[in-house]
Amino acid sequence: MEHLYKVFGPDPEETIRRVEAGQEKDRIYADTHSVAAVADVSFTVEQGEIFVVMGLSGSGKSTLIRCINRLIEPTRGRILLDGEDVVAMDADALRELRAHKLSMVFQHFALFPHKTVGENVEFGLKVRGVPSGERRDKAHRALEQVGLEAYADVPPATLSGGMQQRVGLARGLAVDPDIMLMDEPFSALDPLIRRDMQDELLALQEQLHMTILFITHDLHEALRIGDRIAIMKDGRFVQTGTPEEIVADPADDYVAAFTRDVDRGRVFRMGRLSHEAPTVTPDDDSATARRRCDEHRVAGLHVVDADGYPLGILVRADLVSAEDGALRELMRPDYPAARADQELIELYGACAQGLPIAVLDEAGRLQGTVDPLRVFALLAGDQGEDETSRRATAAASLAAREE
Amino acid sequence: MADSISDFYTLPLDDWIEVVVKEWLVPNFRPVFQALQWPIDQVLSGLEGFLLWLPFPVFVVVVPLIAWRAAGTGVAIFALSAVLFLDLLGIWRETMVTLSMIITAVAFCVIVGVPLGILAARSDRFAGLIRPVLDIMQTIPPFVYLVPIVMLFGVGIVPGVIATIIFALPPIIRLTNLGIRQVQGELVEAGLAFGATRRQLLFEIQIPLALRTIMAGLNQTLMLSLSMVVIAALIGAGGLGLTVFTGLGRLDIGRASLGGIGIVLLAILLDRVTQALGEGAQVTATGEKRTFKGLFKGLGKGRQGGNDSS
Repeated sequence: MEHLYKVFGPDPEETIRRVEAGQEKDRIYADTHSVAAVADVSFTVEQGEIFVVMGLSGSGKSTLIRCINRLIEPTRGRILLDGEDVVAMDADALRELRAHKLSMVFQHFALFPHKTVGENVEFGLKVRGVPSGERRDKAHRALEQVGLEAYADVPPATLSGGMQQRVGLARGLAVDPDIMLMDEPFSALDPLIRRDMQDELLALQEQLHMTILFITHDLHEALRIGDRIAIMKDGRFVQTGTPEEIVADPADDYVAAFTRDVDRGRVFRMGRLSHEAPTVTPDDDSATARRRCDEHRVAGLHVVDADGYPLGILVRADLVSAEDGALRELMRPDYPAARADQELIELYGACAQGLPIAVLDEAGRLQGTVDPLRVFALLAGDQGEDETSRRATAAASLAAREE
Repeated sequence: MADSISDFYTLPLDDWIEVVVKEWLVPNFRPVFQALQWPIDQVLSGLEGFLLWLPFPVFVVVVPLIAWRAAGTGVAIFALSAVLFLDLLGIWRETMVTLSMIITAVAFCVIVGVPLGILAARSDRFAGLIRPVLDIMQTIPPFVYLVPIVMLFGVGIVPGVIATIIFALPPIIRLTNLGIRQVQGELVEAGLAFGATRRQLLFEIQIPLALRTIMAGLNQTLMLSLSMVVIAALIGAGGLGLTVFTGLGRLDIGRASLGGIGIVLLAILLDRVTQALGEGAQVTATGEKRTFKGLFKGLGKGRQGGNDSS
């Protein structure tokens, strides 16, 4: 998507000129009676990722998503899908595109009340002209994916909100789209149901690897679901990045205001803190180990074998009190460990032991370590501090403890 | 001193209209209007012939059955009593003539009105254009257009039906327009987002969801055509209207009342049945769809096992 604009109002050209000149939304409206709902937005969505656009009401996010399948005509710009410009398509090509490549899930479900659940799910296939037997099979499969295959013959109004949106999801899945457009799909649901639906979507995504453009006004939802997130305000993207990037490094006060009350333990993952682990082999002597502890200012170091698998942990206090001896005897076989993609919140217990946490790769080899104090420093880090100063604080506190 | 402008000059609009109608419209377009009569005549005489050919006992069975299926037991009992009573009064033939007029008028109102309503829903310009026309059709007294109708179509039952169509057409256009415009925006978006053509959108989503409102329009149209029965008799339409009209002419209160009773009974029956159909047009809670198709399918089976009404 490149330099996309959608202007509502009598004078789009003048409005775009003023947006390019960097004028404020209110001033543009006062002068031209036009609003640039989407103003110079450019982004790329990768195959198989969930790209979330987060913004408050009036930020232009719903307009943006409707520009992509041209339910709303963009005023200017290009939308490239597999190299083809959606904006330049004629009516027939556009319909083909909508029927085969895009599908949409709506905020208020938008299920057809005069059709059964099954017929709703079949709808996309029916307008495409798929014969009814095949249609029913595909609809059944889509309903199975959302766990509603038993409800195919009832009208949607008899289902609860969460179930209705599952039908909406199944309707989107049934056409096997290249891209799913989801316009605040869970916003109308109760908080608990919303969480379930988010989990369900993530579980489906594990299997299906869809490309999803997801709109929400809820940052927590964005952080939970998104592979990447764009924060939208007054028709522009304020910041685009992974959940960790957004929370760790908000682009401006507007984004910072959102991220302030985010549970950082659920956003950050161990990989972010992991750095190269100081290690020893079982054949090293305790003096080497002690020296290495001091060099790296760590409370413990891991003992690894020749293939990189950790065998245990040496605690500095043990090394200091012990006479020179074989490392195997000093080594503790139990050590806190984590994977790089684990959320910090899962590791508070491990942190409590006060020992460096081993970060293991999928095969179980030692990839790096994380100092537990840095976990808490990251959790507590307030927005004003940058990453390097936070590291300095952590190092200083460790040094103080060592003395 | 003059009190008003007309003391100096009166706009001869009446003369102009007369000239336009008599010297331009009638000589040049009479054949066109005569041709317009043809389909109405065909439907009307076919229907009238059929209704008069059907033996009376068929009505005694079928009318209450339709009423029962569409509107339930109460209306069915009413339908049975009405049919028997109309025959008892000796105005059965007149009732059938009126019924065929009404059905013909309503059928043509639907054929013309629903597409116009759809067009009006699709285009604001067309809606704006048609609105004053509908306003005029609804407010102008029918007596005003009876004369040009007689000039263009002659006298008889078909011109009577045409006058009825003009009078009864507006509500079905308005309510079709309204019904389609009231379909939730998100549902229309959903249809489009899945690649529906305008035609698929119309038949899969808009019309089914507007059906209830369209049926309300149909009901209105039906009631308006019934109220035209007597006026249509002025230009030669027969049936119950004629009964009332001749009763009126001879100051025969009894005769006029018979016609009136017939019209009222017919009106109530048609109103209840079409209203019930309109309500049934929406999916019921159990998912059962009550449509015309379902209605006739159900006639064979009966509903709750009981055949008390026939």
